[in-house]
Amino acid sequence: MANKIPRVPVREQDPKVRATNFEEVCYGYNVEEAQREASRCLHCKNPRCVGACPVNIKIPEFIGKVLAGDFRGAAGVIAEDSSLPAVCGRVCPQESQCEGSCILGIKGEPVAIGKLERFVADWSHANGGSGAVAPAPNGHKVAVVGSGPAGLACASDLAKWGYSVTIFEALHKAGGVLEYGIPEFRLPKEKVLAKELEEVKRLGVTIETDVIIGRTITIDQLMDDEGYEAVFIGSGAGLPRFMGIPGENLNGVFSANEFLTRNNLMKAFREDYLTPIHAGKKVCVVGGGNVAMDAARTALRLGAEVHIVYRRTEVELPARVEEVHHAMEEGIIFDMLTNPVEVLGDEKGWVRALKCVRMQLGEPDESGRRSPVPVEGSEFEIPTETVIMALGTSPNPLISRTTEGLEVTRRGCLVADETGATTRRGVFAGGDAVTGAATVILAMGAGRTAARAIDAYINGK
Amino acid sequence: MFEILQKEMLTPTICRMKLSAPRLAAAARPGQFLIVRADEKGERIPLTISDYDASEGTVTIVTQKIGASSADIIAYEPGECFADVVGPLGLPSEFMEFTPEKLGTMRYIFIAGGVGTAPVYPQAKWLHERGAKVDVIIGAKTKDLLIYKAEMESVSDNVFICTDDGSEGFHGMVTALLEKLVSEGHVYDRAVAIGPMIMMKFTTLTCKKLGLPVTVSLNTLMVDGTGMCGACRVSVGGKTRFACVEGPEFDGYEVDFDEAMRRQGQYKAEEAEANEKHVCKIGRGK
Repeated sequence: MANKIPRVPVREQDPKVRATNFEEVCYGYNVEEAQREASRCLHCKNPRCVGACPVNIKIPEFIGKVLAGDFRGAAGVIAEDSSLPAVCGRVCPQESQCEGSCILGIKGEPVAIGKLERFVADWSHANGGSGAVAPAPNGHKVAVVGSGPAGLACASDLAKWGYSVTIFEALHKAGGVLEYGIPEFRLPKEKVLAKELEEVKRLGVTIETDVIIGRTITIDQLMDDEGYEAVFIGSGAGLPRFMGIPGENLNGVFSANEFLTRNNLMKAFREDYLTPIHAGKKVCVVGGGNVAMDAARTALRLGAEVHIVYRRTEVELPARVEEVHHAMEEGIIFDMLTNPVEVLGDEKGWVRALKCVRMQLGEPDESGRRSPVPVEGSEFEIPTETVIMALGTSPNPLISRTTEGLEVTRRGCLVADETGATTRRGVFAGGDAVTGAATVILAMGAGRTAARAIDAYINGK
Repeated sequence: MFEILQKEMLTPTICRMKLSAPRLAAAARPGQFLIVRADEKGERIPLTISDYDASEGTVTIVTQKIGASSADIIAYEPGECFADVVGPLGLPSEFMEFTPEKLGTMRYIFIAGGVGTAPVYPQAKWLHERGAKVDVIIGAKTKDLLIYKAEMESVSDNVFICTDDGSEGFHGMVTALLEKLVSEGHVYDRAVAIGPMIMMKFTTLTCKKLGLPVTVSLNTLMVDGTGMCGACRVSVGGKTRFACVEGPEFDGYEVDFDEAMRRQGQYKAEEAEANEKHVCKIGRGK
């Protein structure tokens, strides 16, 4: 019986060693491990994993090819639905998507779909890539704003159908959150991300960096002056949120975005890059999502003792289970049921402590999570040099304020229907710019949906 | 890649460069800034725009050698390229929204300090061309550090020079000169101060005393310049604002300058270390 084989564990860098370097944590499967794991798939008639994947990768089909040793064929199957498999195999929350719906998971461990996807993608990159070429042009031009997961997924699909696609990126490097947000130890930039971007370019997609839509050029100008028939906005999450507590502008308080951008995009962790970063001996990271874990584990690698300060309990942490597990293994200290009320400074205006209050869980709120309430009189101080706020983001108004007829919600997110169409004709949107901060794969799904809508819109004109 | 077309040392440490950046040049307006990253390993450095020409696709920047990164920028020569030049960033100056009638009646006094004189130029030019009265105070430590005198003469009604050591023009600070001008009967509707944070702080105090509204342009720390990192946050009127997307210009009366100055020095320790290690690229082979 195939399902008697236990899930094949994946090899990882020793936690003590990796806590001091930025090399990738997980080594991934080798051929033998991948094929052993692939043999566990039951090839369900109605594969629930496919429906649970936001881009509907034909999972049993690619796993079948892995088992048969046809790795190039497996890569081809994945490429039909995903333009970033080496990324998704690493950063998707598989436990709540494909693997979360695997039949094997009911009584035992689900098939390690994410690790298999990663294996196939890495194999393909190591063996010359997909060999994809740009198809014959169909004569239509589409602009994509932002080169993160949403923009790349949208651009890839459109390019496959013959559209001439240009992605405009505000930063100096393509990749969006994959470049500035997710650290090297979780997603290597040169070895993995750069290779995936090469694949997107092979389809004929042009990426123009250093162009800020809404400042350098507007959406109206792209459509009126540069001849783009449709525009997809995948501009991402936006401005970092702070708590609104006293002392947040003290020196040593950073947004997770700033801390991670300095480290990842600007490579501040490397001696030979000029951008500075400040972690100090002790760091408190406020928040419990993936970004909080990334900031915490980065600060740890820069040599700090790191505390995660979160107002609920470990069960409610919104981060991926694997990230929390890795963070704990590496020695991050989790201060749960703890909520900051003030950042305290020294006489020179630098952080000296985080004043917190103990919390307890009360009644469930509308999200179903038990909402934390402060324990009266429980204030205490955590001495710290640095405070990193990882509390999510609010939408960036650069595009909505400079584009005629583009409506936003009360919270400032772009209004888009289920196909990605905004309130402005010919302008589509998806990813965090529409939903607020979410995941890489949901943004990719939105990008693909919008690509279909853009195709239908241009064909129907 | 963004080519350096012209380069000129205005003082031994202040350099003017004309760059090819067509998209940026077409969109730039007075009051905005840009970001330069010299090469792959460089920092993203916010710099003011001191001129722009949409028809030739160029922007002009003026950089003062302060630390390792600005020294790298200054070391570039015409024909070489910066890896990245991106912008325009921030909001255009408030007067861009005034009606022509209103502009024609406005009387401006610009207070320019050191390298901050350069971004005053496009503002003065824009206002002068539209009939506003424009006076400019240019202040520097000493006469060798004065820049943009001739340029400013051509776009203003009066240029007043002052130096801390009295080597040229009025002997004293810009604030003392401003008070003197007002006491002599010069009348202004608005002041605009651009220069070191400490100068903008004291200019604002003087303006308050004179009952003169003042706009300041804040040169805060930044990484991306598009609102993403929040390094540039400043307290304005008791609220936290992002200088990169909501500024860089704010009402001087409302700005918490002491906090802004403290935040500007946040990476001083790291920068001092970098300067020590830094190998200057001047004289490097091409």
